[in-house]
Amino acid sequence: MADKIILFLQQLINGLAQGSIYALIALGYTMVFGVLRFINFAHGDVYMLGAFAGFYIGPRMLHLFGDKPGYGVLVSMLLVTMILCALIGVLIEWLCYRPLRDRPKLTVLITAIGVSLFLENGGQFLFGADPKSFPEILTDSYLSLPESWGRISELGIQLSAAISMLVTVILLFGLRHIVLHTKMGMAMRALSFNPVAASLMGINNSVVIAFTFGLGSALAGAAGILTSIQQPSIDPLMGVNAGLKAFVAAVLGGIGNLPGAALGGILIGVIETMVVGYVSPTYRDAIVFGVLILILLVKPTGLLGASEQEKV
Amino acid sequence: MIEVFLPIFTLARPLAKTIVIMKTLVFSVLATVGLAASLLPLRAADDIVIGEFASLTGGNASFGQSSHKGTQLAVDEINAAGGLLGKKIKLITEDDQSTAGQPATIVQKFINQDKVVAVLGEVASSKSLEAAPICQQNKIPMISPASTNPKVTEVGDYIFRVCFIDSFQGTVMAKFAQSKGWKRVAVLTDVKQDYSVGLAKFFVEGFKKNGGEIVKEQSYSSGDRDFKAQLTSMKSLKPEAIFLPGYYTEVSLIAKQAKLLGLKCPLLGGDGWVGDSLLKVAGNSLDGSFFSCHFSAQDKSPVVQGFVEKFKAKNGALPDDMAALGYDSAMILAEAIKKADTTDGDKLREAIAATKDHPGITGKITLDKDRNAEKPATILTIANGAYKFEQSVAP
Repeated sequence: MADKIILFLQQLINGLAQGSIYALIALGYTMVFGVLRFINFAHGDVYMLGAFAGFYIGPRMLHLFGDKPGYGVLVSMLLVTMILCALIGVLIEWLCYRPLRDRPKLTVLITAIGVSLFLENGGQFLFGADPKSFPEILTDSYLSLPESWGRISELGIQLSAAISMLVTVILLFGLRHIVLHTKMGMAMRALSFNPVAASLMGINNSVVIAFTFGLGSALAGAAGILTSIQQPSIDPLMGVNAGLKAFVAAVLGGIGNLPGAALGGILIGVIETMVVGYVSPTYRDAIVFGVLILILLVKPTGLLGASEQEKV
Repeated sequence: MIEVFLPIFTLARPLAKTIVIMKTLVFSVLATVGLAASLLPLRAADDIVIGEFASLTGGNASFGQSSHKGTQLAVDEINAAGGLLGKKIKLITEDDQSTAGQPATIVQKFINQDKVVAVLGEVASSKSLEAAPICQQNKIPMISPASTNPKVTEVGDYIFRVCFIDSFQGTVMAKFAQSKGWKRVAVLTDVKQDYSVGLAKFFVEGFKKNGGEIVKEQSYSSGDRDFKAQLTSMKSLKPEAIFLPGYYTEVSLIAKQAKLLGLKCPLLGGDGWVGDSLLKVAGNSLDGSFFSCHFSAQDKSPVVQGFVEKFKAKNGALPDDMAALGYDSAMILAEAIKKADTTDGDKLREAIAATKDHPGITGKITLDKDRNAEKPATILTIANGAYKFEQSVAP
């Protein structure tokens, strides 16, 4: 019995670590949906670009820190990558979505798919298609409780997974602060409530939208780094799967709702891990999507989403 | 800042219409030219056209790039020596992007549009299995360099391969595990790959037949990056070794995570481990592991060393198994064309089927009645992040 409980708790920890990555990416989907009412399918690829930014910056950053892996390198790499990805996000919005602002939503949606394909294939062309080894910016180890604690000391977590969960929590609170307690956050909320009224109140919608893209992309970039320190093999198609799961997470939590995206991400991570650990990896995606369908049948707006009247 | 650039888009709008009209014009002209080109036999009639499909991009790109380099080297060599039947070989290579569905499209194009006399490809069994029925139906011989799943050549008598098959490879690894004294082994399979599923099946059969115990059979899907759930449940069963019949992309990550989770048992695998990025990603995590493959660049035989030299001169890197098999597949085809003295599908098929004791880079190759290559397997081990020759196992 004790064995089973420990195994379950261990799988739960594994699931939370995986879910925190999905949560970070899901936030970007949900934020963009909040202000623009469309799904930015290229978001998963920004996550991939974040990982590749780390791949190219990593060795130089390590050099700055005297070739010693450690927290300093990790934090500065996270910052640089987040800024880079924010710029990429703003650039994508400016080049691809802004010119289509007044066009039907379907046009923008298809453009987003186009941007996604462009980034994936451009990435294969530019970086090469084979998996790359991510530089070691943090010496990974396995943390477990002291043995004197008895059976419970069999539980453990990868250092990098623990760090990425911690960083995710910090970023979530940072995001919450921005959205709830800053002028820009207020503008974002106003815009998602009613764009026309927001612009009548003197909000510059374009700036707010660009900011939203930047913010979401920065989080995706951070997710790219955090995932790469845990699984140090990156390739230009890594964003496809992660992006899809994060999108499901955003819908599951209620698209447009920030806590919903975080909750959805963590749920997807935990469900996935449990299915793999207890049922069969073959059914993993089927069950994850099955859960999504079930929840949408019972609550079409997602777990935390509020119902909204569609304006005709 | 952003507003400054907005007028550019406002200005661009009236232009847009003109651009659309121009684009339509250009496209229709291109379409007409394209149509005409496909109707007229523009190709020089004195070329022997061979189609090669490979995963040059995507998840299995290491395989595709390698086998393509080997194939290209063989073709260049043949052409430099004057070609075949007084003609030059023209190799048309298409990228299937490691994506299901692409090989069928590409092979259709090879046969209907490019009029190839034979098809070379793929490394991944799933891809070869897609192309094989089309080649069989059109009576175009196809030689797979490295698809080891038995089903590939079972498609029909026009489908060949120059590598050993999974039943051989799986049995060799099962025997090897037992020779090391391991009794309790876990298996972790990639369910999305026919190759992996097949290899696992033969390993399990061989291992159980001689009294071994499979403590756990787990799986994952290509493209997964997190294997902690599977490894956690394996760890609790304390296996003596883990058989990992997957591709290098995932194997390197699995090895890394297994090591971190404290799984110290050796990992075993097949030729799917052979990839440039395996050791780059896995670092020292694979030390003490074993896998079966087709060839070792450390082999001292003059045939191998000659090939290694030529390959290095051209590509600046050491060849791996896939490169060697790509080379062998093209050479066996060339020899058969020479022997048949024609490129007619039926006669060419017979000539390929009659291949006996071909002095290939990956060993002496004889094609048996099931169109599979009979030849030895090489078992390599990994020590201090580098490959080391362990032993050679004859069929």
